[in-house]
Amino acid sequence: MDSALFLNQVFNGFSVASLYLLAALGLSLSFGLMRVINMAHGEMLMLGGYLAFLTLSIIPGFVGLLLAIVVAFIGAALVGSVIQSALIRRLTSRPLDTLLATWGVSLILQQAARDIFGPIGVEVQAPAWLNASIQIRDGALAGLTIPSARLFILLVMALVLGGLALLLTKTRIGLMVRASNQDRMMAAATGIDVKRVDLAVFCLGSGIAGLAGVVLALLGPVTPSVGQSYIVPAFLVVVMGGLGSILGTTLSALILGLIAALSQIFVDVSIAQVLLLVFVIFFIQVRPQGVIAPTSRALDF
Amino acid sequence: MTYRVLAAMTAAVLSLSACSDQGGEASAPVDENAVRVGVLQSLTGTMAISEITVKNAEILAIDEINAAGGVLGKNVEAVVEDGASEPSLFAQKASKLIEDSGVVTVFGGWTSASRKAMLPVFERTGNLLWYPVQFEGNECSPNIMYSGAQPNQQILPALDWAEAKGYKSYFLIGSDYVFPRTANLILKKHIEDRGLATAGEAYVPLGGTDFSGVLAKVQSAGPDIIFNTLNGDSNVAFFKQRKAAGMDAPVMSFSIGEQEAQAMGVELVEGSYATWNYFQSLASDANKAFVSAYQSKFGQDAAITDPMVHGYLNVYAWKAAVEAANSFDPSAVRAAAVSLGTIDTPMGPVSFAPNQSLVQTAYVGRLDGDGQFDIIADSGGDIAPEPYDPLAFPGRTCTPG
Amino acid sequence: MFKALLFPGIILLLAAFAAVFLSSYDLNLLARFLSFGLLAMGVVVIWGHCGILSLGQGVFFGLGGYVMAMHMKLASLPDGQIPDFMMWSGRETLPWWWAPFESGAVAILALVALPAIVAALFAFAVFYRRVGGVYFALITQALALAFATLLISRQDSTGGFNGLTNFSTLLGLNLNGPGMAEGLYWVTLVVVALAWLGLGALLKSRFGILLRATRDGENRVRFLGYNPVPLKVAAYAIAAALAGLSGALFTIHAGNISPAMVGVVPSIEMVIWVAVGGRFSLSGALAGALIINFARDRISSAVPELWLYLVGALFILVVTLLPRGLAGLVPQQKASS
Repeated sequence: MDSALFLNQVFNGFSVASLYLLAALGLSLSFGLMRVINMAHGEMLMLGGYLAFLTLSIIPGFVGLLLAIVVAFIGAALVGSVIQSALIRRLTSRPLDTLLATWGVSLILQQAARDIFGPIGVEVQAPAWLNASIQIRDGALAGLTIPSARLFILLVMALVLGGLALLLTKTRIGLMVRASNQDRMMAAATGIDVKRVDLAVFCLGSGIAGLAGVVLALLGPVTPSVGQSYIVPAFLVVVMGGLGSILGTTLSALILGLIAALSQIFVDVSIAQVLLLVFVIFFIQVRPQGVIAPTSRALDF
Repeated sequence: MTYRVLAAMTAAVLSLSACSDQGGEASAPVDENAVRVGVLQSLTGTMAISEITVKNAEILAIDEINAAGGVLGKNVEAVVEDGASEPSLFAQKASKLIEDSGVVTVFGGWTSASRKAMLPVFERTGNLLWYPVQFEGNECSPNIMYSGAQPNQQILPALDWAEAKGYKSYFLIGSDYVFPRTANLILKKHIEDRGLATAGEAYVPLGGTDFSGVLAKVQSAGPDIIFNTLNGDSNVAFFKQRKAAGMDAPVMSFSIGEQEAQAMGVELVEGSYATWNYFQSLASDANKAFVSAYQSKFGQDAAITDPMVHGYLNVYAWKAAVEAANSFDPSAVRAAAVSLGTIDTPMGPVSFAPNQSLVQTAYVGRLDGDGQFDIIADSGGDIAPEPYDPLAFPGRTCTPG
Repeated sequence: MFKALLFPGIILLLAAFAAVFLSSYDLNLLARFLSFGLLAMGVVVIWGHCGILSLGQGVFFGLGGYVMAMHMKLASLPDGQIPDFMMWSGRETLPWWWAPFESGAVAILALVALPAIVAALFAFAVFYRRVGGVYFALITQALALAFATLLISRQDSTGGFNGLTNFSTLLGLNLNGPGMAEGLYWVTLVVVALAWLGLGALLKSRFGILLRATRDGENRVRFLGYNPVPLKVAAYAIAAALAGLSGALFTIHAGNISPAMVGVVPSIEMVIWVAVGGRFSLSGALAGALIINFARDRISSAVPELWLYLVGALFILVVTLLPRGLAGLVPQQKASS
């Protein structure tokens, strides 16, 4: 096997994993807390992408990109708050119905995007340096090509993870989130407003998805269905990650990203997708509780 | 309880059938002096963006014909249906057009999947479909007129051009569906036959946007040129990630026309190549008249593409065939269509061969900064259509019905 | 007693009425949508009565449809020839797994058995490790995506994106022959009626009670000494078998089957029919499948853009306000289900 190809695919694996992770983090956070999956989560990515498109068409360049990240985060978080308070909150303890109702939201958002922006994708004008690449010509890593856009995405992912870790471990709100996550009823009994924690976490998760939409826009077009192409792998990441564990989600995104990329050395993209699912089904045979399992004595979780 | 639900269901079915009966009566030609034709394209779904423009071109032709007095003294009434980018809906709507609306012929289809799904409907009812898009060949139904390019009228002229330019090593990239896979099968045979090399082949699911793995393979294979049969939005992602990876092998595309290039941002694809049987930049008077007629109706900036012109010329070819046969009967029209001789179209004079495909010229264009193609080469005259490539599928021929 | 006779009587009258008065196009649609009803009734068994939400019913629909299509494709060919798409995809011989379906008996058996076996194996692998609920829904969605992707990418043996189409004979009969459309419609109707009766009995049986018990308290069922895994696997297999039958009948009526019918979006639309009609009621699900699909045919012809908004809104409204679907609007005589 070609060693340059292998090297490039290892790098691509990390890059794909970072996209999976950004798409899955929000899902995993709110699943851990509320046991619900938002099927319109992919549309938060789409929303972030379109917001990035709008922002960058007004203010181009790096400043525009930074601004786009902020705008996309806030925009997606706002829409997320509407979905949470108007729909998901009303369906507590009916997780499967939540899934279906949010699928309806997803259909409407996609069609709305089609009507507003047209069915064909729009292209985000990224700063020129993001369209360049670093090519390593000699040494142990000879042949490795690192597109700067993908490096930027890895950086964003690292910042998001770091920020999230700080938020959860060092702040008061983080404490409340962790408490509600561990035992919802006890947390409520100690005076934590669990419903507000739900809303905050859902907004945060949607915001991260909006941010993921911005970085996706650096790689390809923003289309009404852009979220759909990442949402199924993101679901698999959540299934494999373990309940609400950030570390578990990160590890499972990494594992799935590397499998997706490395299997492409031997097979087509289509088959690589199938292998991903087969792997997850085998994985839950071995560890049904996920990569990182929460320690709990509860019978149903 | 179940009984009442059934009662409700009864009412629902009855009311639906009632409303379809009304629809059926209203849809029988009231005007004795009108003839109905079907226009069946995707007005919704992923293919809508391309197919709506073809629908527009077909309607334009029908309007022009009516303004000039109709066909055999009858007004042409277009019944438009939406195939919704779903093959089985195309089949469903085709039989609706033929059996309920009573159309004498249908213009439409884009994807091979939609054509394949409609084919049995047309063969069963004996109606005639006019199909406007380049395709992978390997089919000749007596009930379909294929005006879009056969493989030997698009992909092989592109290979001729690339070979003449001295490109030796080819990488084939496509979306994962029938046209790219079959086109590449034919290409590989011809590349091998000419002593050239296929550096690699890769497919991405339709609508896929992650090209990291594919580009890594291209980089490690180092081809002279990439032959691209990607479809739709995948092209934007491909060209964007190709640029970011600093790849400089030129790209020859078979599914990027003026409209696609302009929609995806010209700076991304500027300088890449395409092969079609028509470019908006063709300098003939007939083409200029068509472009201005279309743009004055559908917007001054509207891009004109190869499938649109094929859709447009299909309507005129049908009119000419009806007049030659002096009948709307599909089999008489078919017989007349293949013996018409040349008809004048925006892409120049063309004619239908006995195998019901179009005899036409291929052009190679290079995309300029305005989203138009500079025509840099042509096939040096008309190419007779070959539904079955003799090298890839030896011994196969069309037996025209 | 009178009521017991009245009910089938109404169906028969209604069906005969439809066969006589509907245009051939609408009759064909009715037959297709009745086939969908089979799948919808299967969803009632697993979702309504067992609490398993499957977003991958398209897979089993597709298995049945493809088995039927492979048989009809082979039957339409002269001996020794392979389907045309194989030839232009560079294949020269029939794949080994096509060969058995040349026999009509094998095909008919397989279009029910194959989806049931695949579903049972898959469900066992997942339920055995006590993975369920939302996880199961997400995994089945991935299954639908993987199945559609696989069908598309193995073009040389599955027909790829185009799927399989252009059939002329079915079990020795000419599909385009006179009276064939009406005959197939009646066959479909009988199958649907039998499935309706059979499932109704099944849901009333001890098995049905255990299913509902598992839905409402899986661990309690376990503590009572029952193992819920085989129950859930059996229910899932039954639903899959019905989906396979549904796919096969649909393929006959529609004249084609393609990956567009089996992927993520169609699979979730199948759940919509049942959500709208009523997830606990067999008749409701049947009605849901008919109403949604007829509405789609009419609305998408008139105002195509509106359809997706409508479906989306319908989904949200039914799930939040009307969890029992249309069937929930009908006053209940007794709290069955």
